[in-house]
Amino acid sequence: MIPTVRGACCTLGLLLFGCGGSPAPEASTGGKEGPPLPPVAASDLRAPEAFAGISDTAERSRALFAEASRVILHPRCLNCHPAGDAPHQRDEMTMHEPPVVRGPEDKGVVGVECTSCHQDRNPVLARVPGAPKWHLAPKIMAWEGRSAAAICAQVKDPARNGGKSLQDIVEHAGHDALVGWAWSPGADRAPAPGSQAKFGALVAAWVATGAACPPDKSDKSGKEATR
Amino acid sequence: MTTFTLRVNGTEQKLDVDPDMPLLWALRDVIGLTGTKFGCGQALCGACVVHLNGEPVRACVTPIRRAAGGTVITIEGLSPDGSHPLQKAWVELGVPQCGFCQSGQIMSAAALLAKKPHPTDAEIDESLAGNLCRCGTYTRIRAAVKKASGTP
Repeated sequence: MIPTVRGACCTLGLLLFGCGGSPAPEASTGGKEGPPLPPVAASDLRAPEAFAGISDTAERSRALFAEASRVILHPRCLNCHPAGDAPHQRDEMTMHEPPVVRGPEDKGVVGVECTSCHQDRNPVLARVPGAPKWHLAPKIMAWEGRSAAAICAQVKDPARNGGKSLQDIVEHAGHDALVGWAWSPGADRAPAPGSQAKFGALVAAWVATGAACPPDKSDKSGKEATR
Repeated sequence: MTTFTLRVNGTEQKLDVDPDMPLLWALRDVIGLTGTKFGCGQALCGACVVHLNGEPVRACVTPIRRAAGGTVITIEGLSPDGSHPLQKAWVELGVPQCGFCQSGQIMSAAALLAKKPHPTDAEIDESLAGNLCRCGTYTRIRAAVKKASGTP
């Protein structure tokens, strides 16, 4: 593969959260005034304790999801949660090369299945990333082009999350090996911010506080995103 | 070094190699089967496609440990005498120009026909999208796959 530009961020990441090295912006608390959150580097995540100063539980829950969405909207995650039938790659989220398609089971088609190339771990002698059960997220779980608010509603919806309960989501975020690859991507790929343990703790805290979603800014009523 | 046993083209092979050695290196440099080609070394071109336990894989990025105890078929083992329908169609239509990509093309196409004996043009294009031909013989490749499938 052609070397990627070091330190580059995906378009969404650049727009929403800045690039590696600079401080991350304040996590959204859903639009209401709240105590300032402690600063954190763009490459790190705030721990759930950093949100303890937000007294309103729903408000704290929304802020926790906003912090977790810094991972969800990272190219390491978005590249394989595409809206279309082909994954993206690199920090710039370019089209996957070779030009593969998701196939009937989100694992490619015969000849170019995901595991024709992707191994169970990053290889020693090549750039092709690897982790157990490499595959695309089903189309109902597409995140590409969606806001954190829309993804929040999607993640909670069993019809669009593979029938998972909120506890299943916590387990998936904190322990799934393919999710964990985002923090050990190999080659010169930028890892997702923080660690899987920190991401899992944020998602667990979000669920424990009621799993509230940020308001959908495209919805003037301020209600939670439902689509 | 680790000892791996695998069956290659019907013959049991015992290899004492590094677990991360690419299967392609084991096939070409250790066993001496040079029909499978090294193209890019990054799973991008498809020149190194072989069948591992019936599934096409890119041998240049497949560690030998993945093939431990498994069955590998290379272009040399696709048929005993070059009589696989794809090999015959390749010859009849004069598909190759330089020929460097053809073992990978044929092994990908063979895997496709094994699962879909009568693929459409679109299915052929999707399944062979990852097999590059620098000579640009794609129309002949597709025609040969169609011919091998018995589809007019």
